[in-house]
Amino acid sequence: MHSLVTIIKKELADHFSSYRFTIIFALIAMVSLITAYMVGLNIRKELEGVAKPQFIFLMLFTSSGTVFSLVQFVAFFGPLVGLILGFDTINRERNEGTLSKLLSQPIYRDAVINGKFLAGVALITIMMVSILLVITGLGLIILGIVPGVEELWRIFIYLIISIIYISLWLGIAILFSIIFRSTATSALAALAVWIFFSFFVSIGANILANALTPQAGAADADEILWRAKVVKAFTLTSPMELYTDATATIIDPMRKSARSIVTMGPMESLSISRFSGPLSLSQSVLIVVPYIISLVAITIVCFAVSYTVFMRQEIRSL
Amino acid sequence: METESVIETQDLTKMYNGQAAVDRLSFRVKKGEIFGFLGPNGAGKTTTLLMLLGLTEPTSGTARVLNLDPTRDPIKVKTKIGYLQENMGFYGDLNARQMLKFITELNGLAGKPADERIDSALEKVGLLDEASKKIAFYSRGMRQRLGIAELLIKDSKIAFLDEPTLGLDPDATNRMIELIQSLCRDKKITVLLSSHLLHQVQKICHRIGIMIKGRMVAQGPMDQLAKEKFGVGKDAYSLEEIYMKYFQEA
Repeated sequence: MHSLVTIIKKELADHFSSYRFTIIFALIAMVSLITAYMVGLNIRKELEGVAKPQFIFLMLFTSSGTVFSLVQFVAFFGPLVGLILGFDTINRERNEGTLSKLLSQPIYRDAVINGKFLAGVALITIMMVSILLVITGLGLIILGIVPGVEELWRIFIYLIISIIYISLWLGIAILFSIIFRSTATSALAALAVWIFFSFFVSIGANILANALTPQAGAADADEILWRAKVVKAFTLTSPMELYTDATATIIDPMRKSARSIVTMGPMESLSISRFSGPLSLSQSVLIVVPYIISLVAITIVCFAVSYTVFMRQEIRSL
Repeated sequence: METESVIETQDLTKMYNGQAAVDRLSFRVKKGEIFGFLGPNGAGKTTTLLMLLGLTEPTSGTARVLNLDPTRDPIKVKTKIGYLQENMGFYGDLNARQMLKFITELNGLAGKPADERIDSALEKVGLLDEASKKIAFYSRGMRQRLGIAELLIKDSKIAFLDEPTLGLDPDATNRMIELIQSLCRDKKITVLLSSHLLHQVQKICHRIGIMIKGRMVAQGPMDQLAKEKFGVGKDAYSLEEIYMKYFQEA
């Protein structure tokens, strides 16, 4: 146990003193600050002379300021943080020969990988918490509105999901750092996976749907529904989509489903206009629970694979 | 009376992709001695050390280190062995004190006793004045001495030194050799020393094992090896001649 704590401490110290982390942190803090500021100003302008709707505070996170909303930003660039933190976890130590030094000390091998993963998760937590605190603070100043208890709960759940999501990418990066000997290769492999899931899955989903439903665009409701299902099933292989779906109703209580399926669009907007009340927190959670569970499951599987590969690897090759 | 052996292997074998890196290796290291572990590069010396440390599992055969099975009890074995690998493997961005502190923490030592141990070890290897310099800026000799300091703070019973004099200048080499000798003499540490500097090995080792292509082709005191090969006493032949003879025959 003491060895795990020692390794976590060492890793955290390393991270905090590395330029890499400072740069990411500065970048993210800057973007979130600017986004929150712009969004805040927009919201304030729009709300002038209008009765205060519910959950204004959450709009800080969901409405897009200039280009991105904060939620989109985390969904898109959060993975990059995880990858950058983890892509050279094991192979750098292996190349420098420090891994065998570490392992020749009286510690279990899993303490090394657990310690490194947990230190990364701790760092991600610190980062997300500080970003959310900055935005909340800015929101208080700009909007002059105090978030309600339910809003705070929603922000908290959103925080947890985001940490899991970024940790998933950390796990992927660590896995690559175990498999590949060179840090450049593991970085590129991790980037490739990120690009694949960020861009190609949604494009691929449409291509696949086109192939499976040649009559795409037909007025036949069943066919359109089937097509939407295909697209959804395929895009769900992407953690980014999972994350977007998992946070959708949490951070935006006005939404009734995890995503607006094309065919549901008019119906949904109709229902919203008819019953424009927000979902209660428990109902919001209920909708996204499957997505959260999938996200957790993928993270665990990814870490478990890294763990097994690392535990079975021959030291001779270290 | 025979002194007890601290390391004993019986037909220790390690296969890599169908090739035997270590082939039915049987040897003993006695308590308190300096055992010279010789052999050409790639003979399987490091693999043997890793198996004795419990970092690699033997394909077959058994090893006993201080009456423990390294495969079953790696933690206990690693508490008692100090391993200096060829490239040292220190974190370059730490200074000597931080590095040693990290090592003590991994070994479950903390607080004042640990700090005192670190200070006395640094003093012993002559690095006290440079303890707050980053290891990245250390010379090779200083790194090797820091490695010895690590053995001292761990209070190891056995030291595995893999090429501790590799790439050192003559002065640093002598200093290293003296340190190794003092480990054995003052701290009663059993030393398993792998090196190519046969001249130095000859000077300090009590017994010698020559490993070629995964097999131990000879082991015993210098004069015994000389007698086996040439039929004369130690004075007539240097270790280099003996070694080359074995090497050519293998």
